[in-house]
Amino acid sequence: MAAQETPVFDEVARLLRDESPFALATIVEGPGSGAKLLVRPDGATGTLGEDDLDRVVERDALGELAAGRSGLRHYGEHGEAREDHVRVFIESFAQPPQMLVFGAVDFTSALVRVAKVLGYRVTVCDAREVFATRQRFPLADEVVVDWPDRLLERVGADLGPRDAVCVLTHDNKFDVPAIMAALETAVGYLGVMGSRRTHESRLERLREAGIDAAGEARLRSPLGLDIGARTPEETAISIVSEVIALRTGHTPRALRDASGPIHG
Amino acid sequence: MREILGDLERWRAQGRRIALARVIDLEGSGPRLPGATMAVAEDGEVAGSVSGGCVEGAVVTEALEVLEQGDRRLVSFGYSDDEAFAVGLTCGGTIHLFIEPLDW
Repeated sequence: MAAQETPVFDEVARLLRDESPFALATIVEGPGSGAKLLVRPDGATGTLGEDDLDRVVERDALGELAAGRSGLRHYGEHGEAREDHVRVFIESFAQPPQMLVFGAVDFTSALVRVAKVLGYRVTVCDAREVFATRQRFPLADEVVVDWPDRLLERVGADLGPRDAVCVLTHDNKFDVPAIMAALETAVGYLGVMGSRRTHESRLERLREAGIDAAGEARLRSPLGLDIGARTPEETAISIVSEVIALRTGHTPRALRDASGPIHG
Repeated sequence: MREILGDLERWRAQGRRIALARVIDLEGSGPRLPGATMAVAEDGEVAGSVSGGCVEGAVVTEALEVLEQGDRRLVSFGYSDDEAFAVGLTCGGTIHLFIEPLDW
């Protein structure tokens, strides 16, 4: 028996493989349930069954795609706002930011959870097979058993300003090559866990390994904001808060003590 | 869908019928964001997830029914719905799923 034709899915698969941005709109409630409109920045294919509805959803889908958001919207028969004739799920396939977490330690699983909330594609990497397991990190997108510097050799070129590398191993044997390799990438955030004493001894080893002043300035070590975090979960919040603040260029302090627009 | 693309293409190549369950809406806290997708092949093999493992078992049952009956359906799982559903999210939120055959 010949496999069923799936032209929309084939196009979705092609765009995903090419990492091209697109949005897929599906009627999930109302007449035409299951109908699909595939929206790319340069045009749309498919139909939700009505031209005006297609036009409105295409416009909204491009907005959602630009914001990297997915969600449910409702429309009138011809795409009218504030009516509830059909419900349309618009799923954005923007490229998500990435977080690489080195070290499969207790703090890792909390950091993975928090990073997923923020929409990161999270990879956990540890050379120790017994710790780097999918069971321990069910929410991670990928769990890799390898040395961090070797993973970075493979994926480092894909890292950019929106991405983050968090080194949680606090073992110089793993940390130093991982940090030196991460500094070769364009990653926006490079944080390293450890006590002040660990930090000092690590810095010495990094200098022996040839880190320069610019590299030292890029390091967030010890990583995280000073919010008094103690538990793995609190520490995860402290770390991602620093990631966000670095990306937005804000100096962290209480909103109460700041002025100007909150969403600025 | 990105993370399960390989499974989907392999199953398609093997001629297996597939149902897709996608998170389309969340109320309160939920482990996976809208867009999280789980695929179920006609023989019950699963790829991806829609929660942290809380409702996947029930989703398999719904997905297999969808393949059998050829319908599309909205399914909700939530703590507050524990009388209506045998399973729920322990985290207290509600997730709304759209389940359909991959026939498009």
